[in-house]
Amino acid sequence: MRAVGIILAGGNSRKLHELTAKRAAGAVPVAGSYRAIDFALSNMTNSHVQKVAVLTQYNSRSLNEHLNSSKWWDFGRKQGGLYVFTPTITEENGYWYRGTADAIYQNLDFLKKCHEPYVIITSADAVYKLDYNKVLEYHISKKADITVVCKDMGPEVDVSRFGTLKMNEESRIIKFEEKPMVASSHTISTGIYIIRRRLLIDLIEQCAEEERYDFVNDILIRYKNLKRMYGYKITGYWNNISTVDSYYQTNMDFLKPEVRKYFFKELPQVYSKVSDLPSAKYNPGAIIKNSLIGSGSIINGTVENSIIFKKVYVGNNCVIKNSIILNDVYLGDNTYIENCIVESRDTIRANTRYVGEDGVKVVVEKNERFAL
Amino acid sequence: MLLAGGQGSRLGVLTSKVAKPAVAFGGKYRIIDFPLSNCINSGVDTVGVLTQYQPLRLNTHIGIGIPWDLDRNVGGVTILPPYEKSANSEWYTGTANAIYQNMDYIDTYNPDYVLILSGDHIYKMDYEVMLDFHKAKNADVTIAAMPVPLEEASRFGIVVTDQESSIKEFEEKPENPSSNLASMGIYIFSWPVLKDALLKLSEQPNCDFGKHIIPYCHENGKRMFAYEYNGYWKDVGTLSSYWEANMELIDIIPEFNLYEEFWKIYTNSPNIPPHYISDQSVIDRCIISNGSEIYGEIHSSVLGAGVTVGKGSIIRDSIIMRDVEIGENCIIEKAIIAEGTVIGDNVSIGIGAEVPNRMKPNIYSGGLATIGENSVIPSNVQIGKNTAVSGETTREDYPDGLLASGETLIKAGECS
Repeated sequence: MRAVGIILAGGNSRKLHELTAKRAAGAVPVAGSYRAIDFALSNMTNSHVQKVAVLTQYNSRSLNEHLNSSKWWDFGRKQGGLYVFTPTITEENGYWYRGTADAIYQNLDFLKKCHEPYVIITSADAVYKLDYNKVLEYHISKKADITVVCKDMGPEVDVSRFGTLKMNEESRIIKFEEKPMVASSHTISTGIYIIRRRLLIDLIEQCAEEERYDFVNDILIRYKNLKRMYGYKITGYWNNISTVDSYYQTNMDFLKPEVRKYFFKELPQVYSKVSDLPSAKYNPGAIIKNSLIGSGSIINGTVENSIIFKKVYVGNNCVIKNSIILNDVYLGDNTYIENCIVESRDTIRANTRYVGEDGVKVVVEKNERFAL
Repeated sequence: MLLAGGQGSRLGVLTSKVAKPAVAFGGKYRIIDFPLSNCINSGVDTVGVLTQYQPLRLNTHIGIGIPWDLDRNVGGVTILPPYEKSANSEWYTGTANAIYQNMDYIDTYNPDYVLILSGDHIYKMDYEVMLDFHKAKNADVTIAAMPVPLEEASRFGIVVTDQESSIKEFEEKPENPSSNLASMGIYIFSWPVLKDALLKLSEQPNCDFGKHIIPYCHENGKRMFAYEYNGYWKDVGTLSSYWEANMELIDIIPEFNLYEEFWKIYTNSPNIPPHYISDQSVIDRCIISNGSEIYGEIHSSVLGAGVTVGKGSIIRDSIIMRDVEIGENCIIEKAIIAEGTVIGDNVSIGIGAEVPNRMKPNIYSGGLATIGENSVIPSNVQIGKNTAVSGETTREDYPDGLLASGETLIKAGECS
């Protein structure tokens, strides 16, 4: 492969509220068995990108735990491999990453030592499948300086949390706005970029000299007219999980057969860390309708239109509707949960009732598991 | 040293293309996962796996041992198939002969003790405790043994011990057993003792642990002890016992519990996604594995990974292994369906009267219908009890759309 990968996983995604209280956005569990960063990492490995750097900062421990071995994504290689870069104090620098461009700047040595001519930059919190080779071919054929992977969102989608862009008939980007109040376009940037490595180093160094730290505002938007920036439109499934609502919606999308087929059955596969759990077990009293159930779970109650992650225990006479139960949750008997996201490792005592009245409710309970 | 070369012919079509240790168990596992996980959990990190019969599935499953943490710089897992030698090249002719042919492998690690295991039992056991027992008794040979009902004792190798657990007598499948302590086929040898016995008996045809090595050690006055084990241990050598052991897992609190944090069982499972259960499904006392898509009814069954069950299909008391596709409106009762089988629509399996199997009544018994791996069963056919099917069958193979109870249908090119 002629590119190295950089996954920007340092942000804290405040709009995920409680869900990022103890983990980085990239480490948020998705679709029953995965973590958000698995999608970007799997795309890298499936595109034969051999060398990938993950830049972490906020709650980095959760990600480090997930990435403690690179073998699950086939990165345990002599050539290349997986690099996790958390800010460190050096002689020249005592700052945290002050922005995405600064994060790359602080690890510029990594880029300088590479020999691959191109760099693929992506975020850690999007659920998608993409062969980066196709984007790279497009990038080369357009003689682009920077290629931005973008997607047309439906008119019903509120795009104010994305970067929006406009292209001319040659797909050259003529307008780029970051998180606009009133969007002039429904084509959004997915946060996936391809750029020549030398050019990236130059731009990042320039940026740092001017004490600018943000990749989108200080590089993409400022250099929009100076550099040849092109958009590459994807039509397949893409969603990011940067808000509680989009997180909920993205998970619920996996109840659709076409989405499951695309991610679970069709090649290439999405990889994740192996968790060594037995198969799920259903005891008498289990009633399951239109739901996804992860391995290691034991179900004794009713589950409808919900996603049950790994190693969840659902007690007798429980009712779970339209909800997401994250990993290793214990639900005591007679619990009623509707329209909620239950945080991982929670213990919900028997006879508890949680209902998300207007919108999805995030449930965080810190009961002792064995005091039950 | 893990003996995994046997065919396990009593599992019929299930082992026509894979060795018994590679047969699926309990949804996502294979039988060999249990001894391998026991090894790593006991701190045994140098394991030789002796393969011979149909080793492909076993080789791909074990790989370099990553799932069991047996990918080591020193030791780890090594697959040991029979190999050509300059003087006499032969297959492994017996369990002890297989070890004899791999003495060089053992010597490389210069061990004090060698643990001999077989790859066809379901159990959790700490071999380190057994080794401590071996050391404490200053034993030459320690045999793990468990009490069995006296009426069943004649099926096993029986050890007779004194108060100190020292073995006084060894009876291989005796008619009138004088004890109910059955050998579990798990041995610890002090390596010099085993090496001596293997060399002395190197000319013995079909050299076997139970028949030759153990009696030889006994005759030569070696210190032999029985390590009594009282936990769950299941021989899954026959279709009925294999079926029963799987069905026991769906008890509310199974005797053999795979859900405990302690003593995890590891396996190589490439299938990661959760499984889906549709809104027309009925799920009743069962085990369902990763990546399955269930649109029908499942009662008291164990399903492997990546299984598809179509709308209106009803599955009862069955074992469905990974990647099986079952069409719509099928009725499957008391069947064992091996990996990758494709079943059409409106198929009934396990119907009709109990008629003993005509070809192999001892193998295909207990009212089970057994379907070999990668078989194809066309739509609108019926299959009876005590039957076996293997290969890509078509409508023409079923006279009147029926394979009656007790019949066997093995397509050309497939072996039974």
